[in-house]
Amino acid sequence: MVEQFTFYFFAALAVISAVLVVTVRNAVYSAVFLITTLLATAGIFLQLRAEFLFVVQIILYVGGIMVLFVFVVMLVDLDVALRQVQFNRQKWVALLVVLAVAGQLVFALALGSEALGLPAAAPESLEPNTESVGLRLFESYMLPFEIASILLLVAMIGAVLLGKRQKPPRSEA
Amino acid sequence: MDAVVEFLKPHLLPLLWAVVIVAVLPLVAGYIVLLERKVMADIQARLGPMRVGPHGLLQPIADALKLLLKEDIIPANADKWIFWIAPLISVTAAMLALSAMPFGPVFQIADLNVGLLFIVAVSSLGIFGIVLGGWSSNSHYALLGALRSAAQVVSYEVAVGMALVSGLLLAGTLSMRKMVEAQAEQGVWFAFLVPVGFFIYLVAGIAELNRAPFDLPEAESELVAGYMTEYSGFRWALYFLGEYTAMIVVSGIGTTLFLGGWLRPFPNVAAFDFLDYLPAVLFLALTGYCFYRAPKQPVPIQKAVMGLFGVLCLGITAALGWAVTLPAEAVARAGILGAFWFLAKVFLFLYSFMWFRFTFPRYRFDQLMRLGWHFLIPVSLVNVMGVGAALVLHRQAGWPLWQGLVLGTVVTLAVAAWLILVRQRRPVAAPSAGGEV
Repeated sequence: MVEQFTFYFFAALAVISAVLVVTVRNAVYSAVFLITTLLATAGIFLQLRAEFLFVVQIILYVGGIMVLFVFVVMLVDLDVALRQVQFNRQKWVALLVVLAVAGQLVFALALGSEALGLPAAAPESLEPNTESVGLRLFESYMLPFEIASILLLVAMIGAVLLGKRQKPPRSEA
Repeated sequence: MDAVVEFLKPHLLPLLWAVVIVAVLPLVAGYIVLLERKVMADIQARLGPMRVGPHGLLQPIADALKLLLKEDIIPANADKWIFWIAPLISVTAAMLALSAMPFGPVFQIADLNVGLLFIVAVSSLGIFGIVLGGWSSNSHYALLGALRSAAQVVSYEVAVGMALVSGLLLAGTLSMRKMVEAQAEQGVWFAFLVPVGFFIYLVAGIAELNRAPFDLPEAESELVAGYMTEYSGFRWALYFLGEYTAMIVVSGIGTTLFLGGWLRPFPNVAAFDFLDYLPAVLFLALTGYCFYRAPKQPVPIQKAVMGLFGVLCLGITAALGWAVTLPAEAVARAGILGAFWFLAKVFLFLYSFMWFRFTFPRYRFDQLMRLGWHFLIPVSLVNVMGVGAALVLHRQAGWPLWQGLVLGTVVTLAVAAWLILVRQRRPVAAPSAGGEV
């Protein structure tokens, strides 16, 4: 009963604040609701006994919002943004995509969880899942992990290079 | 109803600890403020608060009452909801982080498998309180303070993380309890094994806390009071509570990972067993001092208050003395003495924070960024590699651990010296220098 209550609480929180992220007009409010969405998702991870994912979700995603927030404050002129059109006119395309996803979800629900072959959550005791995540990453998925790291490194160096100003010609030797 | 009772049963003790922390923390934070004012006065050769209560001992209570009764001002064009909720975010984040903190082997709300990561993650949410508060005030000073705070925390989080990793490599666990047990097993505090990591944690931790000499988000000389310029009364007090709780959190992490947590000095050496009596003797001396000073106070009410503090110290002495008389394996003995040593180390950290605040001048913002990106982060990276190499040499080649660690520390110090002596000589050409790291 407690499990169900916490699940529905976090799920409702995540869905409602996710809707608010896109409907609220003020960009700072959007950022705040994005935080609650991500925190609620983290709560669901915790309920699934994936405590490492829970913490990483907070550190990486919620921590990343910090930077997003600074961008919003520095780059978005809130007074101008309030007067702009909030949604574009592609609602029929959007509706099509939504229907397609909804159809898939209904199909999956009709099949039942057994057909999808999803493992059940660990019942009571918590596995040391930091260790298992680390072992999986560095034993079974070493190559993809390294490729992802190199991609990130390239992106980081590229960003630094783009952000770097052209050196002015030296006047003094 | 029965289900709720069944659900709560295993959670009774943690619930009790949580209530104790939430109830006692504001009082403790108030007295840390008093301590800070007294330390400041001592360093500046003054007396500090002396009027309210003997030696100003009731000053925190008077301050709290004043702040509670003050008018709650919200600026006219402020964003009311966010202005209202921002200080709460700071306090909640800092208090939540305490839930995994081991105040001794018994007094811990929950020992999480990912304890350290949890504390770091949750306490880093506190920055949202500062940024949102600064933004919602609709004031340029507050906004500048908030943006400075965001930039500073993002920059120094890397150094803090790397410094923690150097300790974690030795502990081999993320659970706060097992970290202390690892130090008891290896018979040495990790601060002595990775001194560079400890130093970087101390410096970057102060920067994360926005405290002097890194207190640019609230630099009085430039920004009035930074992000809390528009705050007054109890909301302002909440920011202070959050800040001082965050200080306890940072000190607690440092104590657990680097200073042996609740272990007394030399926990495995029987010759130092007399240190178990030290807490009780210390508080007995304090009791004696309180009773000695009580009749010398100028006003009857101050005499009474001084006597009251003497009785309080006597009570603590009795608890500590009772704990020592118990057999060595008793839970209460380990819990009470452990809590004493943990808090003593936390206060060592707090005292050094105050000491730094009153002896170092404030950094300029570009100096702050240079220190973080050009010095602390490279040195902490080299330090982590040194510790990793030492562990590999220890496990694969059979070197004694300390030899590898000394080698790693020497290399790290050499890199640090190179960064200071060679890199600093180079003329700073353009602000683009930040891209080189």
